[in-house]
Amino acid sequence: MLRKIRICLQVVMMTLVTLLLLGIGFRVHLWAGWVAKIQFLPALLAVTGGMVFVLILLTFIFGRIYCSVICPLGIMQDFFSWLGGKAKKNRFSYAKEKVWLRYGFLAVFIIAMIFGFAPLTTLFEPYSAYGRIVNSLFKPLYDLLNNWLAGMDAANDRYNFTEVQIWTRSVTTFVVAILTLVILAFLAWRKGRLYCNTICPVGTTLGLCSRNSLFRVRFDKDKCKSCGMCEKNCKAQAIDFKEGIVDYSRCVVCGDCLDKCKFDALHYTAKKPVKESKPVDTERRAFLVGAAVAGTTAALAQTEMKVDGGLAVIEDKKAPKRQTLITPPGSVSARHMQKHCTACQLCVSNCPNNVLRPATDLMHFMQPTMSFERGYCRPECTRCSEVCPTGAIKPISREEKTDIHVGHAVWIKENCVVLTDGVSCGNCARHCPTGAIQMIDYEGPNGTVQVPAVDENKCIGCGACENLCPARPFSAIYVEGNEMHHIS
Amino acid sequence: MDRRDFLKHMGGAAVATSVVLSACKNNNDESPIIAKNVVDGQGEMTYRTNPNTGDRVSLLGYGMMRLPIENGSDMRKDPNARVDQEMVNEEVDYALEHGVNYFDTAPVYTRGYSETATGIALSRHPRNSYYIATKLSNFSPTTWTLEASQAMFENSLKQLQTDYVDYLLLHSIGGSSKELSSHEMFNARFIDNGLLDWLVEQKKAGRIRNLGFSFHGDPKLFDTVMQWHDEGKYHWDFVQIQMNYVDWSFAEIDGEGVNSSYLYEELHRRGIPVVIMEPLLGGRLAKQPDYIVKQMKERELETPVARWAFRYAGTPEGILTVLSGMTYMEHLVQNVETYSPLRPITPEEDEFLMRVAEQFIKLKTVPCTACNYCMPCPYGLNIPAVFAYYNECVTQGKMPTGNREAQAFREARKRFLIGYDRNIPALRQASHCIGCNQCTDHCPQEINIPEELHRIDDYVEQLKLQ
Repeated sequence: MLRKIRICLQVVMMTLVTLLLLGIGFRVHLWAGWVAKIQFLPALLAVTGGMVFVLILLTFIFGRIYCSVICPLGIMQDFFSWLGGKAKKNRFSYAKEKVWLRYGFLAVFIIAMIFGFAPLTTLFEPYSAYGRIVNSLFKPLYDLLNNWLAGMDAANDRYNFTEVQIWTRSVTTFVVAILTLVILAFLAWRKGRLYCNTICPVGTTLGLCSRNSLFRVRFDKDKCKSCGMCEKNCKAQAIDFKEGIVDYSRCVVCGDCLDKCKFDALHYTAKKPVKESKPVDTERRAFLVGAAVAGTTAALAQTEMKVDGGLAVIEDKKAPKRQTLITPPGSVSARHMQKHCTACQLCVSNCPNNVLRPATDLMHFMQPTMSFERGYCRPECTRCSEVCPTGAIKPISREEKTDIHVGHAVWIKENCVVLTDGVSCGNCARHCPTGAIQMIDYEGPNGTVQVPAVDENKCIGCGACENLCPARPFSAIYVEGNEMHHIS
Repeated sequence: MDRRDFLKHMGGAAVATSVVLSACKNNNDESPIIAKNVVDGQGEMTYRTNPNTGDRVSLLGYGMMRLPIENGSDMRKDPNARVDQEMVNEEVDYALEHGVNYFDTAPVYTRGYSETATGIALSRHPRNSYYIATKLSNFSPTTWTLEASQAMFENSLKQLQTDYVDYLLLHSIGGSSKELSSHEMFNARFIDNGLLDWLVEQKKAGRIRNLGFSFHGDPKLFDTVMQWHDEGKYHWDFVQIQMNYVDWSFAEIDGEGVNSSYLYEELHRRGIPVVIMEPLLGGRLAKQPDYIVKQMKERELETPVARWAFRYAGTPEGILTVLSGMTYMEHLVQNVETYSPLRPITPEEDEFLMRVAEQFIKLKTVPCTACNYCMPCPYGLNIPAVFAYYNECVTQGKMPTGNREAQAFREARKRFLIGYDRNIPALRQASHCIGCNQCTDHCPQEINIPEELHRIDDYVEQLKLQ
């Protein structure tokens, strides 16, 4: 029964999380956005204290059900573990808790969070790891399907699906996603929830709460015939049937052992234990509670015309080297982003203008950054701020957005077609949504021409000028990020 | 302009019988017309005789500018697209079989492949069974020297697989640019280099049978070359003009442009045979809004909308042939029907079409005929596709209107924006027009292309922001 409920919840949760991370549109983020916001670390980072409290309370009462039915990476591992079980039955045996690795890594992780060392925090945050797998590996497949449907729609004059660009936003992130998937699939196939019980910082943290959870799997010594089926099927390798003990810090309450026991010797109940296997180590508990508090603190922190017709070939734009990364409106500053973002790629998947992509530099590893080769940050769009579960991109309104200066435009004289092609232009000025660009007379080599002049006070760094600049592959006007967003 | 107004009325009654229009001005008061069933195409093709050479020319002329493209793709969208020669052959065969004998091409058409394709298709038939018209095009100033022009002419003969051209045109005179007035451009292209004199020699040598020009743009230049004709300086064997029931009286707006009634009358009174181009305004007169379609169908239930325009263009006396750029076999079959034989427009129908024209110009569409002379845009835009999409939405009533909060508006907005992306890739949309103005000189319709593109772009931007 417990197992069946668990599987049902897993299917529902996995579907919602995946749809959300695929960025399929259809207002999914409005009705399924909550599944990202109940993820432990994102909630912790978003300083939605209420949610973290609820999750911890949930764990104190029911054990680590979070790891079974809320965490998408856990559900994914269960899937591979289940496949492994098909290949080889009854393959698990009790393993001792790897205390030093577990808590040692948690400590390292917390320190990394306090200092905002993104490569470590983003890499091991479980929900985000799954987000990257979806964004890098599944989204292109979904987009193919979407474009096929869009083609059908176009042929039948329907307007449900629209064609999207399929592109790899970052090769590094793509490689990380593949490695994550392969390693976790292999580990889950062979060793079940090994990752969750040794490396995962969320698993370790919740394990501290679940050690003494109210509801837990308990042995009925009288009924147990010591057949060992429970231990052999415990993917957390947390049951020692000979001693009759369950390591509750590693049990993810999957219910498999209950189903496997033919003698009704295991129960998931809140009954007071007759005899505890281990005395509570109060000192250790104190340390861990302290660590959790520390975690919370970290969170606060041209062609010649000879014939008619035909189309000119359009060269792809290349991203300019920006001194400062541009982060989306609502993210306050690159530093705020660095400390709060877990690089789940939800915003990247959902950016309708192909602006957001994961950064490749170490300190902002895989966290979203903006670039304008394929589109620009449209004034009417606040999607990333709506979907962000961690508060790295805070919710903003359309009106607020026009006052947030994420960067400023810089003119590159050498690329400007007014000077290189000798034509009149002004496409940047024409499209600037804040009217920050004016065309000014300028003494060029072949007489007076009009070139763009940027009013730094008005420029919000949306990238319309950079995106629509006719100079290719490098635009003649580009956006340089602001260290901290200016609010006007 | 008094003379033009006068001629407008005279020309409108250019049916052989010359019934004065005012006689039927009051037909609005008569009882409504009940839809009739009219069947066209029951007889032989109508022919017109060229007074210079005695050529019997079919009233339907085949324009080779909008040739079918392989795999049904659009040459304007697909840079690798090629002309579907098999289809061209099939259509040319059908045309000849049904009496069409005038084929109009140019070195620049269809990215330069039109002459070749026309040559391949026609060379499969006896040379005396058809007339070939081609042109000396004037797009790139590098082709403006006498030598380059001679090479262009010789290459036309080679591509068309013939040693003479029946109808040779100075391509699209009357255009101007920022630097050159229409007279200056014309002189630089055809006169100062001795090209026109050389062409006259070629005509004497029998390599050109009829020498004429096609005209778009400045009527002053038109008047000049007509004067030359009167003075005997140069003789024009024929002239190609744009004429249709909209341009007849509505091509001249705020002193810009020239009504085809004026051009036609000037030519007709001199006895110069007239070749008609853009009888359908690049297909726009075939795609009428529902309320105009209704008025047409209420008169003749089964007559295709386009037929009204072809009947109109073929009706006046002195029209040698009406060119139609027929991409699809169905267009060809329909047009052959229209002119086999021609059912001339009656004075009452002429009145009706003038009323249609009045409604049509109120649509505020962009007068683009998709001739593609502006292409390729050096900055990658697909100019004709942007205009075509916009025009279609205007004429088909697909523009979002009414209360912006209403469901209908939001639905229409979504369709307009999605349709825009579907029809034109983002990088080729109006937002990328930098206003360099390189296209405007090439537009025979004298559209201020950047201005129109910016207007459409502003409209799209406003929609996106809502």
